[in-house]
Amino acid sequence: MEKTSKSQHMNLTTYVTGFLLSVMLTLAAYFTAVDGALAPRSIGIVVVGLAIAQLLVQLVFFLHLGRETKPRHQLLVFCFTLVVLAIVVYGSIWIMDNLNYNMMPHEMDEQLIEEEGIYR
Amino acid sequence: MTELAATVKTTLGFWTYLMTDVILFATLFVTYAVLHTNTFGGPGPDELFSMPFVLVETLLLLTSSFICGLAILAMQRQAKQAVLAALAVTFVLGAAFLGMELYEFNKLVDEGNSWQRSGFLSAFFTLVGTHGAHITAGLIWIGVMAAQIGRRGLTPHTSRRLVLFSLFWHFLDVVWIFIFSLVYLLGAA
Repeated sequence: MEKTSKSQHMNLTTYVTGFLLSVMLTLAAYFTAVDGALAPRSIGIVVVGLAIAQLLVQLVFFLHLGRETKPRHQLLVFCFTLVVLAIVVYGSIWIMDNLNYNMMPHEMDEQLIEEEGIYR
Repeated sequence: MTELAATVKTTLGFWTYLMTDVILFATLFVTYAVLHTNTFGGPGPDELFSMPFVLVETLLLLTSSFICGLAILAMQRQAKQAVLAALAVTFVLGAAFLGMELYEFNKLVDEGNSWQRSGFLSAFFTLVGTHGAHITAGLIWIGVMAAQIGRRGLTPHTSRRLVLFSLFWHFLDVVWIFIFSLVYLLGAA
């Protein structure tokens, strides 16, 4: 690669570090969930936390985010995506929770299944 | 335009595509989050999945992602044979992952738990299946690229494609981390 700029050069240490950290985070999440020692809610928080940690590890060590030469357009696009992501994810869950709460009580559900002849 | 400028520009374009793919997966994740309790009297996430099986899948894909990184390192050294070897290992591990996923799908359908069973299973098959479709595309890409590198060597063009592929492959691993954590681990917990 005669013309690759220095900042884009990766080395073995980067990948090995990323790989080992990812394996550790995966195993930690796995045993937290399978072991079941914690309350379900705490398991949820720990597993999501570990997933986000692994996301950051892989972004830095595998996808080399932020290592590009300036201006950092990739980072900019990434940040914009995060904003869209937050709106789509949080907004959808918020709306659908409200819908669930405001519509179709469980008994109505049962009645519909009965009347329409939908058998389980 | 210099080769470097072309590489930076192409990488940015491909990165932007990946970010739109993030949005695609986000909508599928949200659909799953909304529907995962709607089992319509059928089995829920805690009854269907084998955790050790999924852990093996996850480690296969993670290792595949790492080996793909080694292909990039070999490319920087201009070591053509090493690149081809790393790509071959990446392919085999990715194919093993896909094979396991298809086996799981097949088993679920055989047991009467297809995507038609409940809202939860529709969302599950759509999310995991879309990831699997991306993996399939990636495997085809590896095949095409290996053939090009084999014939033309590590030219600026083939090297650039290799870098884009590595971004794609690492990205799919990141998506899988969230499927593994949110769908499988939290489903079992």
